[in-house]
Parts: sequence; structure tokens; C-alpha cells
Amino acid sequence: MTRSATRDVIMTLVVSAILIAVMPMLVGTYTLTVLVIYGMLGLSLGLIWGFGGILCFGQAAFFGLGAYIYAISAINIGESTLPMILAVALTAGFALLLGAMMFYGRLTDVYLGVITLVVTLILFKFINTTAGPQYKIGDARLGGFNGIPGFQTLNVPGDPGAYIWGDALFYVCAVALVIVFLLVTWLLRSSFGRIAVGIRENETRMALMGYDVAARKTVLFAIGAGIAGLAGAFFANWAEIVTPTLFSLGQSAEIIIWCIVGGLGTRLGPIVGAAGLAYLKFMLGQQSMIDNTLIMGLVLVIFVLFLPRGLVPAIGSLWQASVGRTARRRPARRMRRARHG
Amino acid sequence: MAETVLETAGLTMRFGGVTASDNVDFKLQSRELRCLIGPNGAGKSTFFKCVTGLLTPSEGHVFMRGQEVTGWHPHQIASLGVGIKTQTPNVMDALSVHENIWLAARRFFDVAEARARADDVIERLALGPIARTDLGQLAHGERQRVELGLVAVADPWLVLLDEPAAGMSATDVDRMTTIIHEMTRSAAVVIVEHDMQFIRSIAETVTVFHQGAVLMEDHVDRVMADETVRRVYLGKNA
Ligand SMILES: Nc1ncnc2c1ncn2[C@@H]1O[C@H](COP(=O)(O)OP(=O)(O)OP(=O)(O)O)[C@@H](O)[C@H]1O
Ligand SMILES: [Mg+2]
Repeated sequence: MTRSATRDVIMTLVVSAILIAVMPMLVGTYTLTVLVIYGMLGLSLGLIWGFGGILCFGQAAFFGLGAYIYAISAINIGESTLPMILAVALTAGFALLLGAMMFYGRLTDVYLGVITLVVTLILFKFINTTAGPQYKIGDARLGGFNGIPGFQTLNVPGDPGAYIWGDALFYVCAVALVIVFLLVTWLLRSSFGRIAVGIRENETRMALMGYDVAARKTVLFAIGAGIAGLAGAFFANWAEIVTPTLFSLGQSAEIIIWCIVGGLGTRLGPIVGAAGLAYLKFMLGQQSMIDNTLIMGLVLVIFVLFLPRGLVPAIGSLWQASVGRTARRRPARRMRRARHG
Repeated sequence: MAETVLETAGLTMRFGGVTASDNVDFKLQSRELRCLIGPNGAGKSTFFKCVTGLLTPSEGHVFMRGQEVTGWHPHQIASLGVGIKTQTPNVMDALSVHENIWLAARRFFDVAEARARADDVIERLALGPIARTDLGQLAHGERQRVELGLVAVADPWLVLLDEPAAGMSATDVDRMTTIIHEMTRSAAVVIVEHDMQFIRSIAETVTVFHQGAVLMEDHVDRVMADETVRRVYLGKNA
């Protein structure tokens, strides 16, 4: 177990170092930065849905909340370090309350979906109505549908004049994603993560073994929201403006599609799905021949029909099949699910 | 005088017009082995679910070791040290045998101890060859055996088993009988069962349920010989 964990960490570091070095030669860092941020957002839902069995239709709410909390506190504080921390902590705190309400209320999955969806919608509607000058938090005007521009962007901690932008912002975001990925890996290998997977598989059984299912789901939900909040804060820094569209249902739906296409129940799948589909959307956005929502829908349908487990598990079993042919020791385990992406 | 580990007083459960559990008074001493029998729909599983917190009884009280636990959640009751097997199989299908049993042990022991106990139970239940296989790929009898392992590994002082022998082979049943006898060294065990041969081989005191209520409670031999019991139940099966 520990040896495979060490190998996992080394592999992750090596592969991400290579990607961080090579990718900027192929794609501009401005685009890459947002792909990395979406990757982190995909991972946040991939964690709670793929490993915790919690299908949240409102992951965009946490993304938007992180972005807004960052923007509002950056205007008031004028330095980026504390706002980054607040974006994660307050978003996670909000999710903790929302999660406790839903999970202790023993809502079924359908109602959970509905509530997270409605919360997203309420935030979207509410922020949209805050155009008037009376909607202020400290020095920050919420700005309604115009959003909040002109906040302090990421700086070297303690030095508000030393801005981190352009290439540097890409490297910061990429390293942050690697760190979050390693933390998620560690979490999933810990007892907490294994118990979460047990709860995904059979809530009743886990409760009958003495686990407080509601408490554990609430905590996992908040962790996922915290990661989404961090992604949102980075997004605010990248876009240099936050607008209510961050909370849109379209955004939430996209996150779900990233997870399905990339591969649920893997750590890597949602990241790959997010970056891949966001890049595809970006490419499609540069032409006007085909409507890009149509293409997105088509991609989803094709995956659901032909690769229902997603890209990463499919590549994983292809790899296993080719390796398995040389080392023909284990019996075929067709039903075995890929659990480590 | 042995300690009463489980007691229900006037336990009643109604589903709309159906009274599935009707004013049940039940007492179980520590390290006692008790079998519950009764025809289909007699209310055995409903009684179980009320005791384990899966259902909240309409009326009545449940006590465990003298503490009132009526209306508690299943995880709170299980945390007291109560091992539960439901009638329908309840396991983690996408996880391995070892992971299933480890998860059950981890609730009460630290990581290393849980691993050691899981290994031990796997050996005792002869699950070694399939320890790394996912539950979803196992035969019904094997899954039942794993579920018994889940219960045993947590070292409970009260064990509630709803039809543990259903669908098991003769060897499996023998092995299970051994495990249950081992359990009674430290735990009181309640078993709901239809398999009369199994009941005869293991039971001492038997409680007979009929239409939600307790019809009779006595030594297995006297229960088997009883006219009323034979008419409501054994007439068809024995
Ligand atoms: N959730 C429910 N809603 C409505 N009626 C129920 C419910 N659960 C059980 N019942 C009814 O309560 C009665 C007792 O059912 P129960 O499952 O307790 O019987 P049982 O003795 O376990 O039977 P079996 O031997 O078939 O397992 C039955 O008439 C059943 O239809
Ligand atoms: Mg039953």
C-alpha cells in the first residue's frame, strides 16, 4: 500500500512536470490557465460524485461563490492572500451548512439534485438584481449583471505590487492543481476516503456498521465545494472580472458532462474531461460554421452510448488488456471497476 | 440472573391499515441464542427493523442494556456494538471482500488492528481465495458468508441476523453454525430463520410470530410439538 502510494506520487509529479513544461509550447498560457482551472473544477465534482456518490447539480454555485468572495474581499483588503483563503473557507463553510441541511434531512438523491439546482438558480437571480448602488459589501459594489471588475488580482504574498499574471499565473494554477490532486489522492487512500467509497456503494450497510453517513457526506460535500471555490478564485484572477454567468445552470451542466466524458470514479477523468471539452469549446468558438452546443451534445451522446464509463477508464482497460497479454496471470475481471484514475 | 441486553415493550408498527408488529414484548439475556420463526408476513423483519432503527415504531419502546434506544438511527444503534444482517443482502458490490470486511472493522478499531481482524475473519470464514474479488462477482451463498463476516469482525455483543442461511449450501450452513456458536461466547444472538433443519440444529428457545404478535415462546422441542404452531406454520413446511 505505502509503496504503491509513493510510486503514485512520483508518477504524478513526473507527469505533471512534463506537462507543465511541454504544454505552453503547444497552447498559449492564457488558454492553458483556464483549462487548468476548469480541470480543478471538474476534479471537485469528480471527488464528491465519483467517490462519494453525491450528484450535485450546483457545483457552479460554489465556483461562482469562490470567485465572488475573492473579488469582494480583494477589493476590501487590497492584497490577495487572505481573499484566496476566504474564497476556499467561506465556500466550504456555505456547503457545510447546505450539506448538513440536505444530508441530515435524509433527502433522497432526486431532491438533493433539485435543491442544489435551485440554490444555483437563486444565487444567479439574486446577483443579477444587485445592479443598484445600495448593494455594497464594504467598498465592493456587487454590480448586478455587470459583475465586479477592477479588484486586486493575485500578488506575491505580502507584496500587493508584485502581480502574478500571464505565464506566472499559469504556473501557479498548474502547481495548485497538482497539489489539490495529490491531496485528493491522499484523501481517497485514507480511511475517510475508503469509508466515503463504502457509503457510495451502500449507505444502509455503512449505517448498519455504525458510520454516521450524514456527517461524512456533509464533510465530503464541503471539501468538494472548497476545491470548487479555489477554482473560482483562480478564475476571478484569470478573467479579472466576475459576473453572474459563473452561477449559470449551463456551467453546472458542463461540469457534469466533463465528469461523464472523462470518467467517473477516477481522479484523472474529470480533469481530462474538463480540459479536453473546454479546449474543444474554445476551438469551436473560433469558427461559426457549426453551433458549438450542438457539438457538445453530440460528444456527450457518443460517450454515453459507446464509452459509458468515460475516457480515462476506457484507456485504462485498453492498457491493462495489452499489458495483460504479456503477463497472463490474473483471470479476466470484466466487472472490476477502475477505481484509481 | 443474567443481564437483559435487548428488551422491547409494547412494540407496535403500523403501515397504513396493516399492523405488521403488534404489541410485542420481547426479552433477551446476554449470550442467549434465540430463534424467531413464523410464516411469511408474520412481522419478523418488521420487528427487526424497529429494533435496529431502520424503522421508527408507531408505539412502544426498545431498550438495549437498559438504555432506551427507541427512535435512534441505525448508525447509533450499531455504534453501541450491535451487529446487524438484513434479510436482503446489504454489501458493497464494487468493493473486494477484504475491503468490505475491513470497513466494518475500521469503525471500531484503528487501521492496523482493522486489517489484522479482517484477515482473521477472512481466514475463519474460509474466504481467503476470494479475498480480493469484488462482491458483485460472488455467488449468493458467498455473499451471505461475507455479510456474516462483516458482522463478526466488529466484535458485537448483540447480533441480529435476518435469514442468514437463505440460499446457502449445506457446507456453508455448517460453517455458519460454527461461527454463530463462536459468537455466542461473547454475544447474544437473534436469528430469524425459515430452515427448520437449521433451527432444530441450533435453537434452544424459539419465539413464534404470527400476524405481528408473539404466538408462543418456549424451548424448541415444545414449540415444534405445539398444535397451534403446527397449524399456523409448520403444517405447510415441516
Ligand atoms: N414498508 C412497508 N409498507 C407496508 N407494509 C409493509 C412494509 N413492510 C412490511 N409490510 C407488511 O408487514 C407485514 C409483515 O412483513 P415482514 O416483512 O415483517 O414479514 P416477515 O415475517 O419478515 O416475512 P418473511 O418471512 O416473508 O420475511 C406484511 O404483511 C408486509 O406486507
Ligand atoms: Mg422477513
